[in-house]
Amino acid sequence: MATEAGGAVLVQAGGHWDARNVTRLDQQLRGLAAGTGAAVTLDLAQVDRLDTAGAWLLYRTRKELRAHGGRADYAGLTPAHEAMLEQVAANDQPAEIEPPRQPALLAVLDRLGRGAVDVVLEGRQQIAFLGLLLLTLAGTLRHPGRLRLVPLIYHMEKVGFNAVPIVGLISFLIGVVLAYQGAVQLQRFGAEIFVVNLIAVSVLREIAILLTAIVVAGRSGSAFTAEIGSMAVNEEVDAMRTLGLDPMEVLVLPRVLALVITLPLLAFFADMMGLFGGMMMCWAVLDISPALFLERLQGAVSPWSFWVGMIKAPFFAFLISMVGCLEGLRVARSAESVGQQTTRSVVTGIFLVIVADALFSVFFAAVGV
Amino acid sequence: MAAQVEPIIRVRGLRTQFGDQVVHQDLDLDVRRGEILGIVGGSGTGKSVLLRTIIGLNRPAAGRIEVFGQDMAKITAAERMAVEQRWGVLFQDGALFSSLTVAQNIEVPMKEHLDMPARLRDEIAALKIAMVGLPPEAGSKYPSELSGGMRKRAGLARSLALDPDLIFLDEPTSGLDPIGAANFDQLIRRLQINLGLTVFMVTHDLDSLHAICDRIAMLAEKRIMVIGSMADMLHHEHPWVHEYFHGPRARAARRKDEEVSG
Repeated sequence: MATEAGGAVLVQAGGHWDARNVTRLDQQLRGLAAGTGAAVTLDLAQVDRLDTAGAWLLYRTRKELRAHGGRADYAGLTPAHEAMLEQVAANDQPAEIEPPRQPALLAVLDRLGRGAVDVVLEGRQQIAFLGLLLLTLAGTLRHPGRLRLVPLIYHMEKVGFNAVPIVGLISFLIGVVLAYQGAVQLQRFGAEIFVVNLIAVSVLREIAILLTAIVVAGRSGSAFTAEIGSMAVNEEVDAMRTLGLDPMEVLVLPRVLALVITLPLLAFFADMMGLFGGMMMCWAVLDISPALFLERLQGAVSPWSFWVGMIKAPFFAFLISMVGCLEGLRVARSAESVGQQTTRSVVTGIFLVIVADALFSVFFAAVGV
Repeated sequence: MAAQVEPIIRVRGLRTQFGDQVVHQDLDLDVRRGEILGIVGGSGTGKSVLLRTIIGLNRPAAGRIEVFGQDMAKITAAERMAVEQRWGVLFQDGALFSSLTVAQNIEVPMKEHLDMPARLRDEIAALKIAMVGLPPEAGSKYPSELSGGMRKRAGLARSLALDPDLIFLDEPTSGLDPIGAANFDQLIRRLQINLGLTVFMVTHDLDSLHAICDRIAMLAEKRIMVIGSMADMLHHEHPWVHEYFHGPRARAARRKDEEVSG
């Protein structure tokens, strides 16, 4: 398309100069613009479609040629072409595409520092939120009429009742697995009957409640964050405040109470299903009949084995629901933030549950139960 | 004179409904090439639903929608993609992707549909940013860092990324201050003239209707009740149309319009 004659270059453009074709044209014109400072004429007489992308190429080529000290002019312009080229020329303004990037090492240090500060700030927020929650709770205890019963029942159904199938199934399967693994090991010593002790103690003291708490953190802690977070994105939480409604009372307290009430019930159900799973497996693999299993069970566990597990449930529930609600209220006004905080809520919830479980173990060991 | 030209959008016998609630019934509409058509109507008359149905986000219960002469219900996926490259849509709040900067948002359609080198893409994104009147530093900002008016401009820039023939605007001036709204009107007008765009605009803004719309279509009683120029609207008999264009706010807008032109 470019012809050269005596130092003068004639570029004859034709056809469609639009966004769909500019990729090809771009390379050719860049080669031309990088050339020497010859006199270039850009002839547009054959162009029948010119949009802003095409006009930009022509305009840029002329600008670059002139910047190199050459001469460059358009020829064969129709009024429409002229208007388009003017439009482009008027808007020649380089823009930033991305925020400036830091060097990699600095970025790593930056993230590390921010992360560390964030952990401290979040810890402080959690403690402040705990205080606020306890104050709200105390206020509600003094004026029980302010407790929102309908949302409380609604959340109890959602986090408690609806979780029954999944918690039951998981606990049953864990009972089965424990019985089988225990049986294989204990059979080597001819002590397979002690598998009952193994199942009873591990399920009642630790596994049932811990698994239930983890399932609930994934299921309901995340739901709390996403629900409250979406409301925060929508400015509903702010609207609530302006209407004189306290989000702590309306949103947070019903959720926390619902979980504190239902998680012990779920934990009890998990205990039963775990033992049931173990009993079935013992019957199937070791020929320990259910009657024998129950008899051994009475000798194997003291009531404290059961209570050690149950005592932990309301504390775990409190931690999970508190973190879930707090992370929801911390959501900034974007969809991305809802996702981030939800992830955070689940991870923090499970982490706190396991830390609390470790502390409980130390405590129970110290008091000797 | 333009009536003989093949319309760019042709809607015939459209019915849309959600469950039992019928939004449009036997709706006919032609949009002519190169015009700015304003869709007006009371709240809840289905203006935005009409827009969403034409661009294929709602499935019509009955009727025929043709865009660029192609029946939208019968085209293949590839044809549909080709049509989608020829139109741009500005949603009410811009609908920018929140994880991308403004410039990257504008580059999304170019990246997706055209095999453009990154440098050219950046150049064209910068051009569109300038065209919609955003400052250069806005390019590297994320949507959450922008004001509502800037988000609309950025959304418009994205809808113009592929130099479409047709753009759909959903309440482009709602939520803008009067100066911003007037600027936005002028911007749309200028782009329409310079780029030869056809504009399909849902609006409540009487000032925009006066200032830039070539024709106005009024949605009422589940169909397009009246379509015509501003003058036609002002002389229409129907009480609701009369109320709409002669109410206190309409009179104020008209006065302003007359001052400007007279």
